[in-house]
Amino acid sequence: MTIGLGHYLSVAAILFTLGILGIFLNRKNVIVILMSIELMLLAVNINLVAFSAHHGDLVGQVFALMVLTVAAAEAAIGLAILVVYFRNRGTIEVEDINLMKG
Amino acid sequence: MIQALAFYLFSGVLVASAAMVVAARNPVHSVLFLILAFFNAAALFLLNGAEFLAMILVVVYVGAVAVLFLFVVMMLDINFARLREGFLRYLPVGGAVGLVLLAELVLVGTAWVDASSSAALRAAPAAADVHNTRALGRLVYTHYALVFQASGLVLLVAMIGAIVLTLRARPGVRRQDIPRQLARTRESGVEVVKIPPRTGV
Repeated sequence: MTIGLGHYLSVAAILFTLGILGIFLNRKNVIVILMSIELMLLAVNINLVAFSAHHGDLVGQVFALMVLTVAAAEAAIGLAILVVYFRNRGTIEVEDINLMKG
Repeated sequence: MIQALAFYLFSGVLVASAAMVVAARNPVHSVLFLILAFFNAAALFLLNGAEFLAMILVVVYVGAVAVLFLFVVMMLDINFARLREGFLRYLPVGGAVGLVLLAELVLVGTAWVDASSSAALRAAPAAADVHNTRALGRLVYTHYALVFQASGLVLLVAMIGAIVLTLRARPGVRRQDIPRQLARTRESGVEVVKIPPRTGV
């Protein structure tokens, strides 16, 4: 039996759904929310690479590289904000983050 | 056959560890499962022939991002037991949203077809005699050089932003001030006090 594009797309879909689920379930822990976002970006990357291999077109991998870059930048900034927030408030619970509610 | 076996092994471990990232009680375990998930995703990339991206995934994600997560989890003194409260409270909503999304993704995934002209529309067909890294380099450094530079700019801005956010000037920290040390003279540093005999200071 051969492994085709559909298999990779299913894995990516499951991974993306798990990321969404992580965001919804861990409503308090910002770190797990950031990790869930990383999982979703990974799912997108799997999609891009699978389509790139399916079509024999390298551009998909170029854009997977860009997604990787943005994911790294996002993790760095997100964790920096988290550290600053924890320094000021002593907690990282999402429900407490309402300083800018107005 | 061996390819199918490898695919099912890697994707199974990938999905299981992704589930554990979401469900683990201890965030340190979450980060470790995230690292496992990244390794298995890199293996899936290898199965697809994207060797360079697989290695980059290991280097960037496991070597930098996951370790950054690990640092932050261990650096912050957080009461993790309190953070787990309400996990089950959001399960119905989260499960419903996840199921709806999964159903939509399945509908999309089963309905799509290749365009008949898709083979002719390829922007950069992979050459058979060039290995993946070289082919990707040829593409990134020529046709997509602007995108490449833009992503470098994104990283630069992220670096500056992270430094600006976390840098703080603490009051009361005694630092070495070399110009001040060098500007000291004998007059400013030494005071000669005349003490008459038998009086003390």
